[in-house]
Amino acid sequence: MFLTIDKLNKQFYTPEKQLSTVLKDISFSADEGEFISILGPSGCGKSTLLSIIAGLTPSTSGTVEVQGNRIIHPGKDRGMVFQEPALFPWLTVIENVIFPIKKEHSKKTANELANNYLKMVQLSKYAHHYPHEISGGMQQRVAIARALVMNPSLLLMDEPFGALDEQTRSRLHVQLEHIWRDTKKTIIFITHSITESIKLSDRVIVMGTQPGVILTDIKIDIPRPREKHKEQMIKLESQIMVHLKSEIDKVISEET
Amino acid sequence: MKTISKRILFFAILIGFWSLGSALNWWSEVLFPSPINVFQALFTGVKDMTLIYDLIASFRRLAIGLSIALILGTAIGVIIAKSKTADDTIGAMLLALQSVPSIVWLPLAIMWFGLNEKAVIFIVILGGTFVMALNIRTGIKNVQPLFIRAARTMGSNGLDLFRRVIFPASVPHIVTGSRLAWAFSWRALMAGELLSTGPGLGYTLRYASDFGDMSLVIGVMIIIGVIGSIVDQLIFQRIEKNVAKRWGLV
Ligand SMILES: Nc1ncnc2c1ncn2[C@@H]1O[C@H](COP(=O)(O)OP(=O)(O)O)[C@@H](O)[C@H]1O
Ligand SMILES: [Mg+2]
Repeated sequence: MFLTIDKLNKQFYTPEKQLSTVLKDISFSADEGEFISILGPSGCGKSTLLSIIAGLTPSTSGTVEVQGNRIIHPGKDRGMVFQEPALFPWLTVIENVIFPIKKEHSKKTANELANNYLKMVQLSKYAHHYPHEISGGMQQRVAIARALVMNPSLLLMDEPFGALDEQTRSRLHVQLEHIWRDTKKTIIFITHSITESIKLSDRVIVMGTQPGVILTDIKIDIPRPREKHKEQMIKLESQIMVHLKSEIDKVISEET
Repeated sequence: MKTISKRILFFAILIGFWSLGSALNWWSEVLFPSPINVFQALFTGVKDMTLIYDLIASFRRLAIGLSIALILGTAIGVIIAKSKTADDTIGAMLLALQSVPSIVWLPLAIMWFGLNEKAVIFIVILGGTFVMALNIRTGIKNVQPLFIRAARTMGSNGLDLFRRVIFPASVPHIVTGSRLAWAFSWRALMAGELLSTGPGLGYTLRYASDFGDMSLVIGVMIIIGVIGSIVDQLIFQRIEKNVAKRWGLV
């Protein structure tokens, strides 16, 4: 197995000093090159789960292994794209992409590599712009290039297109699918959009909330490109909706 | 009307009123000389180089004092930002020290260093250090956690993280800290010179006043004000604006 997550638990102390369980007995594994979406209502612990896989947050118990190595710290074998682009505003686009590889490569090689990945996200023309000079969708593409330039075996994406408008999002879906096809990365993609998860992934892991558990794990066998198989997608959508419905009701009843 | 023309017009009216008042003897020429006399005093001072030497002397002290203040302030700021114990102790003391005008230290400084330049430079350093330290602390503490998380996923940590992310992310606060440090140091310098020895602008001000040369007193006051606003507006505010834009703060 490429990625193995075994009985992961995560507890936080609430501000009232009460222990709350955010993730409960999360176990799943991923094959190399698989595109997995994790779908769940907001607050179910998706970001926490991804953060543990990235090595940014320690788990309370349970383990994460990538290619047999136990994950404790962040590492360049795992690239992360956050919901917000998180580009460094004091660096230009290309300097941002060079950031993770600056130390291990000569200036020339680093530049070439960064340019290659900027080309992949179709932003070569904007290499010398500053982040505030380009749109949100472009910034997120730079963030993707910056994660890919380290050549990680695992790409972690936390609702990367959540803050973008529908049109931009659709275009980025197509680009991401191409990147995935060309680079053969294993991708863990977090979303709360059923459509997005069905459109992109090989597998959808549906999470429930309070505590965060895995409800079901659905394989998506629709051939790509999937735009041509609208009916199948819609059928799956309603199937997943059934699982999520009770969870969303749970959140709503809690909020009112 | 554009800001600049409004300003010019305002100062023209002000000087016009001042000339008029002097010409009509609304006030005593001895206590409040006319603009012409003030201009003449300045002209003489520049021509015989005394004011130029004063300026150079003052700026030399400022440069020494402010550089030390910026370096020292940055070092202290980093320490109190990184260590909670240091923040609870040194940080609290800085806040107290910051509220004491640094000129208050002059009697002590004169005892320690003698009535000379060192005492003045000491006051200048005190003027700038605390405000710089407090701003550096704020800057480092307010770095977006997202930047740090992102950098860590890219293999950065420890000193590398500090050098490549935390420090540059704090630049807006570093610039603000420097601007305030300059302002405090400049005021401390003038006060220190006024009360101790020359050469220097502050010293010449007192010297002129002792000899009843009110034209020169007002002339030097104008120089002090003009330098203060030029450095603040033309240099620091401009840098601050550019940085804020680049760092995405506006
Ligand atoms: N550092 C933390 N301390 C305390 N509670 C946290 C912390 N991080 C997340 N949580 C809580 O964990 C829950 C899940 O958060 P998150 O993983 O961000 O959910 P999602 O990404 O699915 O919206 C939320 O209720 C949140 O308040
Ligand atoms: Mg989240």
